[in-house]
Amino acid sequence: MDEDIKAFLVESYENISQIETDLVTLEKNPTNQDLLEGIYRSLHTIKGNCGFMAFPTLEALTHSGENLLSCLRDGQLQLNAEITSGLLELLDAMQQICAQIEAIGQEGDVDYSGLIQTLNQLQSRDTGDEGGFCTNVTINSQKQIPKPAPTNPEGSKLPCDREELMSALTTPNTVQSIRVDINLLDKLMNLVGELVLVRNQIQQFSTLQDETAFVTTSQQLNRLTTELQEGVMKTRMQPISTITRKFPRVVRDVAIATEKQVQLEIEGEETELDKTIIEAIKDPLTHLLRNCVDHGIESPEVRQTQGKSATGRLRLQAFHESGYVTIEISDDGAGIDSERLKQKALSLGLITPNQANCLSETDALNLIFLPGFSTANCVTRLSGRGVGMDVVKTDVEKVGGTVDVHTQVGLGTTFKLKIPLTLAIIPALIVTSGGDCYTIPQTNLLELVRLQGEQADHRIEYVHKAPVYRLRGKLLPLVYLNRELELVEWEPKTAHPQSEIMLNIVVLQVDNFTFGLVVDAINDTQEIVVKPLGKLLKETPCFAGATILGDGKVALILDVFSLASRAGVLSDEQTNALIQQEISSQSTIETVQILLLFEALDNSRMAIPLSRVVRLEEFPRTAIEQVGDRQVIQYRDQILYLVNFANVSFVSSQRFSAANPKTAVLDADPLQVVVVACQSGRQIGLVVQRMVDIVMEDLCITGEATRPGVQAIAVIQGQVTELLDIEAI
Amino acid sequence: MAQFHQFCTFFLDHFFFGLEVENVQEVIRYQSITCVPLAPPAVRGLINLRSQIVPAVDLRQFLELDQNVTKIPVETQLDKNSEHLPLNVVVRTADEVISLLVDDVGEVLEISDACFEKSPETLTGNARQLIRGAYKLADQLLLILDTDKVVELTILKPTLRN
Repeated sequence: MDEDIKAFLVESYENISQIETDLVTLEKNPTNQDLLEGIYRSLHTIKGNCGFMAFPTLEALTHSGENLLSCLRDGQLQLNAEITSGLLELLDAMQQICAQIEAIGQEGDVDYSGLIQTLNQLQSRDTGDEGGFCTNVTINSQKQIPKPAPTNPEGSKLPCDREELMSALTTPNTVQSIRVDINLLDKLMNLVGELVLVRNQIQQFSTLQDETAFVTTSQQLNRLTTELQEGVMKTRMQPISTITRKFPRVVRDVAIATEKQVQLEIEGEETELDKTIIEAIKDPLTHLLRNCVDHGIESPEVRQTQGKSATGRLRLQAFHESGYVTIEISDDGAGIDSERLKQKALSLGLITPNQANCLSETDALNLIFLPGFSTANCVTRLSGRGVGMDVVKTDVEKVGGTVDVHTQVGLGTTFKLKIPLTLAIIPALIVTSGGDCYTIPQTNLLELVRLQGEQADHRIEYVHKAPVYRLRGKLLPLVYLNRELELVEWEPKTAHPQSEIMLNIVVLQVDNFTFGLVVDAINDTQEIVVKPLGKLLKETPCFAGATILGDGKVALILDVFSLASRAGVLSDEQTNALIQQEISSQSTIETVQILLLFEALDNSRMAIPLSRVVRLEEFPRTAIEQVGDRQVIQYRDQILYLVNFANVSFVSSQRFSAANPKTAVLDADPLQVVVVACQSGRQIGLVVQRMVDIVMEDLCITGEATRPGVQAIAVIQGQVTELLDIEAI
Repeated sequence: MAQFHQFCTFFLDHFFFGLEVENVQEVIRYQSITCVPLAPPAVRGLINLRSQIVPAVDLRQFLELDQNVTKIPVETQLDKNSEHLPLNVVVRTADEVISLLVDDVGEVLEISDACFEKSPETLTGNARQLIRGAYKLADQLLLILDTDKVVELTILKPTLRN
């Protein structure tokens, strides 16, 4: 296609979507002259370009729209719903034509004269309403006469041109960006991906080298690669506003079609996500919004009888949260009645009566994500066909995200989407099974369990044929990776004595299901570059892609979801029953807390709730840096403040080692750090002597706190333990 | 007027095969292969071709040739310089790059279309679809493979999974 036409299309699409946004905003605030001017200007630009490129149909359309807008601008007309709809229709038509041009290079022969007529009528009818066509014409001419400059008899054209000139003059100064072909960015991303792989290989190599210069260089390479990776990643980031911009229009249309009043609030539009993810979540988000308006928010009459304001509120909030982007869509509508969901699911035959009885509130809510499920009593154009929420869920899961729903009957519903920032490079756990390496995305990873010797034999129990492991009192269904993948049983070369048998369990989570994956060995964690498997292996289950490891070998990336469903974790009745049991046992013992026990540097026993623990980390002591009077550590691109309860200094050894680098290596007992999340969203690192255990205890507080930062004292496992007050720290 | 075509040739079992030279990206020596469990049996696994991940297709399996003489070694016996290892003929198909595992590579031949003949009707199985026909060379036949069909057949024929 002609370069000029391409540029024209890009610009026109941009202008159209800009007008769309502005128009919907303008409808709420019809007196905003600036917005009106903006719309007028954008439309005028398109019209001007059309004339230049010779697209007469589009030009005629924009012209009639411009006329209507100029009436609005001059105050002869007031914007009302009818005019807005007319203008929006105009935008749709313009978009259609642009799509035609893009496809065949010509405008196509669709007849838009009807629309043009409507637009013209809108212009004249309303003037008529205001009291006579003739008078308005005179007003019109009177208004226009003072406007043109005395030297220019042509009238209103000049101000526009001048405006355009002005904007043309100012734009280069304000816009500090250039357009880049998306393919080029993708290529760059691929190259960086490959660089990351080479970096990993070099790093592995450098551990075998004594040459200081080489080690330093490889560190340098490491740093640069990370920076470059971040930089390129950033270029692919787009603010979420690129999709939310369309939402006011969507909500408006649905609201009008369903005769409801809805006010949409969008927060956090500047939150950035990878371009591919933005595209992937566009449809699910649109669907959720439509659903909220159609099913969630009640009609104005119903709302008023319930003492709510006639206008329903719909909120879309996007924000960063622990490495993910969270998008919340909440309405203040009727909420979802879980009983009704169960009834409906029963009548649709999606669940059995037995299942219905033992479904918990959360599980019942999750019924809406079943394929074929719909609560709408009649199928409308907008929703109720029963395809939708399941598609939303699969779409979001496809990019590694999750959907949660919370609801309160009568008060509203909130959908919470958790979406990863990027797909291209992810942290992963590397495991061995059957002699080959496999990688597991860390997003699915909960914890690792290792059973040794006798434990390995005795702690695995069977529910009929299903192997399970008691993980802190709950049954964890086990899946053997080598059996699932139909690998040949990997026989170690030398038979281990009984005591050396080891069983590695990787505890994984999919949806709300938890299961243990048994692997031969757990190797390492690494940043991996996800590469697609290609058409040849598309049908092969269990794998999400492949990557190249530090040693240059190809390793497959496990698709935990598909693995789980293959193993029957998600559907198997028996396992489901177990999980039901698990859930019910969870609800009965709510006073029981899971605590992480550890010893502080002064050897006193302390505990914190496991739910607050983000990770357990080991840092070399040399990584500690001093900021003012605090010790910090660089951790995942953040600065982690280290907190130390006992006043035993752990820095001393670092100073010592700085002075004497040789002993440092020998002396460097890595620092044990518990990374804890605070309520404020920040993370702190607790420096501890050693981890003791994870226990489930019915807490009985036995004593008051004796020092600041301690909430209470309790007896855990027969020993006095201090419970820490994380917020106070 | 007869046209001439260039073919990259290779040996597999005792057959002499040819691929249109435009479709062949490169020929490389044996690379270590990562198995893909549950994959169609014709897919031996994945190889790392300069940071690009490429599936390696076992043509022997595909053409239902003698499996017993297969030269693909157990990973532990790997010796990259061994002459008995299969070579990778990396080809560009319509959708992606794949590698065909072959016994040995021959020269690039330029042959006239005049000596081309379609496969006989008696040819059956995968080979029927995969082999477009043969060029009658002086001393032997050069069988021409249709690489796009490799991808197509692997995907479409789940019956291939025993």
